[in-house]
Amino acid sequence: MSFLPNILFAIILFLGIGFFVKNVKKLIRNIKLGQDIDRTDNSSARWKNMAMIALGQSKMVKRPVAGFLHILVYVGFVIINIEVLEIIIDGLFGTHRVFSVLGGVYNFLIGSFEILALLVVVAVVTFWIRRNIIKIQRFWKPEMKGWPKNDANYILYFEVVLMSLFLLMNAADFHLQHVAGGFGHYHEAGSFPVSQIIAPIFDGMDNSAVFMIERAAWWLHICGILVFLNYLYYSKHLHILLAFPNTYFANLNPYGQFDNLESVTNEVKMMMDPNADPFAAPADPDAVPAKFGASDVQDLNWVQLLNAYTCTECGRCTSSCPANLTGKKLSPRKIMMDTRDRLEEVGKNIDANGGKFVDDGKSLLNDYITPEELWACTTCNACVEECPVNISPLSIIVEMRRYLVMEQSAAPMELNNMMTNIENNGAPWPYSQMDRLNWKNE
Amino acid sequence: MSENLIVPTMAEMMAEGKQPEILFWVGSAGSYDDRAKKITRAFVKILNKANVNFAVLGTEESCTGDVAKRAGNEFLFQMQALMNIELLNAYEVKKIVTCDPHSFNCLKNEYPSLGGKYEVIHHTQFLQQLLKEGRIDFNKETYKGSRITFHDPCYLGRANQEYEAPREVLSQTNAEIVEMKRSKSTALCCGAGGGQMFKEPEKGDMDINVLRTQDALETKPSIIATGCPYCNTMMTDGVKFSEKESKVKVLDIAEIIANAQDL
Ligand code: SF4
Ligand code: SF4
Repeated sequence: MSFLPNILFAIILFLGIGFFVKNVKKLIRNIKLGQDIDRTDNSSARWKNMAMIALGQSKMVKRPVAGFLHILVYVGFVIINIEVLEIIIDGLFGTHRVFSVLGGVYNFLIGSFEILALLVVVAVVTFWIRRNIIKIQRFWKPEMKGWPKNDANYILYFEVVLMSLFLLMNAADFHLQHVAGGFGHYHEAGSFPVSQIIAPIFDGMDNSAVFMIERAAWWLHICGILVFLNYLYYSKHLHILLAFPNTYFANLNPYGQFDNLESVTNEVKMMMDPNADPFAAPADPDAVPAKFGASDVQDLNWVQLLNAYTCTECGRCTSSCPANLTGKKLSPRKIMMDTRDRLEEVGKNIDANGGKFVDDGKSLLNDYITPEELWACTTCNACVEECPVNISPLSIIVEMRRYLVMEQSAAPMELNNMMTNIENNGAPWPYSQMDRLNWKNE
Repeated sequence: MSENLIVPTMAEMMAEGKQPEILFWVGSAGSYDDRAKKITRAFVKILNKANVNFAVLGTEESCTGDVAKRAGNEFLFQMQALMNIELLNAYEVKKIVTCDPHSFNCLKNEYPSLGGKYEVIHHTQFLQQLLKEGRIDFNKETYKGSRITFHDPCYLGRANQEYEAPREVLSQTNAEIVEMKRSKSTALCCGAGGGQMFKEPEKGDMDINVLRTQDALETKPSIIATGCPYCNTMMTDGVKFSEKESKVKVLDIAEIIANAQDL
């Protein structure tokens, strides 16, 4: 009978991780709906990017207050995983603080976890105040209503609860370790700089009651972590995992360099080649004619879709966007959120239709993102520069403009005029090419 | 009124069997826009003074296609690019200098994979070189006591990470150089990029160039320095909008140097 908790623990762990893996598979499937793009070159630069930006948080600290607080939460998160490993082993094998054999090192580890846990609580409370009381502007844009707003707060509450449980568990443990004559298997292990301050609340309490509290906190803590793990998929907090691949696969070219569509190059070369036979049959008659630009998520490349899942909705991009700053509808953060929402919708459609996408009469363009937003962009790259996890909202905007222009001829009239001028005169203005050198004698 | 500039074309050079060291890519704005033409002339004055062996394409030059590309017309862009590349390669061009950061970016980053591989330099980088080599000098008294603030063009700065060259040139002027609160990698766009130069802005609370000019005016400058013909237009309009045109001048870095050369 004494194995019951261990078995129960194993089942919970199995379910928790199993559900997570299922969602991760769906995530990968959805990302792969995107077009292929090669991002395997220059792996040393890519590892370096990941180390600096995801691991080292180099872009986070450009805004020092948020950056510093974020680092606390982040380090707390990473370090606490070592603790989680111990919890899992203890849970599976019924041991108590297995890592305590490490002695002094263990004391140091537990001590630093506790201090970090406390700092995480402080940081999280500050974050909450910044969002809800100071109301920092970028958190109160139109796209931040409903789920995006609640999601951000839920995680803050969650972290406070998890950290409190962790400290409560340690406090009860500390108490039991020091029961005169010993209590059960609670041998002395660890050092508890923070929770020993809480421990006196147990003085005079029945030992078995304290034991119950310790067990309850332990179970809630580990179950909470499993819930957290599974919550990620539905949340902007997915970035704690995806920030790593996202920075690895990010664009390494200069920001100003837009890709040259190969499908277009082939057609243009044919058009310009006087020897080409316009009536010649295409090499592969079954080839689907390439679609130029993007009107839906499947037309984007997989890195752009990965970007959408990685977006933390921090709004740094939007708060630096010149169009947004001057009251236009464009918000690069919204572009990313829309892309993710539509991708999720497409994924659900595929699941509901036995693995195949069935046209739902909707698309990313128009149903989510309007041409008005797309045409407000100055392609200035401020959003790309700001993003702490190397997302490029601009690349999606450009792909969608390409669709509007090349598939639908739906550019604003003035831009059409400009393009006609280039075609006819080799300049965006209606002047003769013969006048190009007039400046010389003026 | 107009002093004579020496502006050889590639065709003329070729006829004489000569190959210039550098091609000066004037760009559409620099060729046709009245304000930008002054920048072109100022830069050529400097080239002439420094005895730079250069040529232009003249009437053979065509739009790089940059603005078509940003607007989403990849067809038109590639048509322009392939045409230009054919011409440039026929003249065996190796090195290009231009006053337009958009042409600079496009020629430097987007032409290579279509077969146009050149060393491309922005004119502020070129001026920095000329100054370093001592090939140009200018009257340092001209700007004594003025305050200059530099507006980073997106396509030179963020797009290509060039923040120092224009600042180094300006640091030689003897003026006080003041930075805006948003500068270098966090500089605000002037509002002209991505095809916006050619259309009315979308509905909003204000125009981007007005906001950007506010950034500049907050530094209480006597000169707003630019390195892009479009930025120049946008900032000039912004200054007019704030009714500060009698106090604040908008000048390209090439003009700032040329004006002090007693040419
Ligand atoms: S590139 Fe476009 S979306 Fe991004 S900040 Fe600039 S104007 Fe806004
Ligand atoms: S795209 Fe980047 S900067 Fe913008 S909200 Fe998402 S994570 Fe933040």
